[in-house]
Amino acid sequence: MSLLEIEDLAVHFATEDGPVEAVDGVTLDVRAGEILGLVGESGSGKSVTAFAALRLLRQPGRIVGGAVRFDGTDLAVLDDAAMTPMRGARLALVPQSPRTSLNPVIPIGWQIARVLRHHAGLDAAQARRRTYDALREVGIPEPKRSYGQYAHQLSGGMCQRVMIAMALAAGPQLLFADEPTTGLDVSIAARILDLFRELRARTAAAIVLITHDLGAVASICDRVAVMHAGQVVEIAPVRDLFRHPVHPYTQALVRSIPRLDRDEPIVAIPGSVPALLRPPPGCRYAGRCNWRSDECCGTRPALRKREDDRRVACFGVEAGRVPAI
Amino acid sequence: MKTSSDPLVSASRPPPAERGVRAPRWRRLRRDPVTLAGLCAILLIALAAALAPWVTPFDPDDTNPEIALQPPSLSHPLGTDLYGRDQLSRVVAAARIDLLVPLCATAIAFAIGASVGAVGGYVGGWADQVVMRIVDAVMAFPAFVLAMGITAALGNTVANVVTAIAVTQLPGYLRLVRAEMLRVREMEYAEAARTVGNPTWRIVFVHLLPNCLPPVIVQASLAMGFALLTMAALSFIGLGIAPPASEWGAMTAEGADQMVSGEWWLFLFPGLAIVVTVLAFNLIGDGLRDMLDPRMRGVR
Repeated sequence: MSLLEIEDLAVHFATEDGPVEAVDGVTLDVRAGEILGLVGESGSGKSVTAFAALRLLRQPGRIVGGAVRFDGTDLAVLDDAAMTPMRGARLALVPQSPRTSLNPVIPIGWQIARVLRHHAGLDAAQARRRTYDALREVGIPEPKRSYGQYAHQLSGGMCQRVMIAMALAAGPQLLFADEPTTGLDVSIAARILDLFRELRARTAAAIVLITHDLGAVASICDRVAVMHAGQVVEIAPVRDLFRHPVHPYTQALVRSIPRLDRDEPIVAIPGSVPALLRPPPGCRYAGRCNWRSDECCGTRPALRKREDDRRVACFGVEAGRVPAI
Repeated sequence: MKTSSDPLVSASRPPPAERGVRAPRWRRLRRDPVTLAGLCAILLIALAAALAPWVTPFDPDDTNPEIALQPPSLSHPLGTDLYGRDQLSRVVAAARIDLLVPLCATAIAFAIGASVGAVGGYVGGWADQVVMRIVDAVMAFPAFVLAMGITAALGNTVANVVTAIAVTQLPGYLRLVRAEMLRVREMEYAEAARTVGNPTWRIVFVHLLPNCLPPVIVQASLAMGFALLTMAALSFIGLGIAPPASEWGAMTAEGADQMVSGEWWLFLFPGLAIVVTVLAFNLIGDGLRDMLDPRMRGVR
């Protein structure tokens, strides 16, 4: 049973020239307690999918179709009054840039305590004690001293830890982490990933890791969903996906990872993501694909279950045209 | 994360000098004698106002025809007026009303302007548009003419003078806070406040409004001086604080009547009091702007 089921989600951004179809027919599921990697190029709709699920899209973005079922409730049609208390308490987000996501005029501990008081109904003293614990859990030493500090007094990695502590404070069942390691240097990024792995072991929260760092995905995710131009093209367990990518785009992505252990040239993916204003009607990868047929250019392939636990959206794969690697 | 040799930990530990935000500001203030002088002047005037009943040598409203229109002397250092009232006592006593009225007017304009501007800037929509058009209409009036109109229509009581000054100042705060809110609401910490499930009112008033305040505080201190000038001008033309209450503007007006006959002390001292107070507020405002504006840091 999945915790979150996104089905056929469509998000359009209205512009003067017509709607930009940033997310179009995304289908994916997140199971309780797993870490799902959501990967894709910039502009492939990863963050928009997360923001749509949290109902945090800003104008002119709008959910125009599909369902976001979280624990039996369709969040896509939930009214704001019912959605607001869910955020933070049951679904949370670790934002992309931790430093600027902390309020510069409010001490960090106060910001976390506020979440606890609001969602867990604690009084000021209890919230303060729980905040010390929360800070300690994400590896911030001397929580009592950090409690009164401001964002500008902390390093980027520390700010990220504070954001994670805040997102986890009220014990959400699902955590979206929007490129949590972007802008951090590799050693600190590795520690943040360790922290996620540790959190998964300790709490029951499912984590959706949005990233374009395939290395991070390979090291901590259970399953991976690959997005291209606003659509999910392949979902598979992480080992299967990296060993035997099936979709032509996934194959190209995996081939573009520099490898130390094999003497293979890095292959760049030709072309770029198609413009999402009036996109081509068929498969959005067709223009960059070596195995396209007329069918690919006219009809959109649906995400179909294959052997094991894998789903792929590709006519070429169904017809056996795409060779396995 | 358990050892103290963690590079993250040492990176996050600020040197002792940077702890707290207030300490460096205070040091900057000490290096800025002009602002400090303004602050001292206001504190001194405020102290005189607070202690007026105990420090004035005479009752400011006590008339004595025998000593009318005396020039400054040892017993009456600032002279006496047409009714023989001690000018020094009156100038000191007037400080109460001359500080309280601008303070109340500024506080009211600040409170209403900041709340309405913050909500309008964050929420937007047609209500915001209606409020802004009304504000535009109010701003189209010359501020002083508007204040004159309000006190002339409602009667010149202290409450009405406060209202008149508050109304003329309201649009400034409202626009300033709204503009700041339009900037701040796009910040990532606003997004973050939304993601943890804060209700809208708390995002606006607890998370975002404090980030809008630095320019508004500067505006408020400059506006204090302007409010005092407006009140004094209203009193000068007889639409402000009604006599016999001591008020610098009204006293200057009374003194102006005697100017041709040579009683210079009657308009000079209340006038000076106005100049010094307004100047002090402006110095504080300028100093605050320098302190709060990050681009000015380290210039001096």
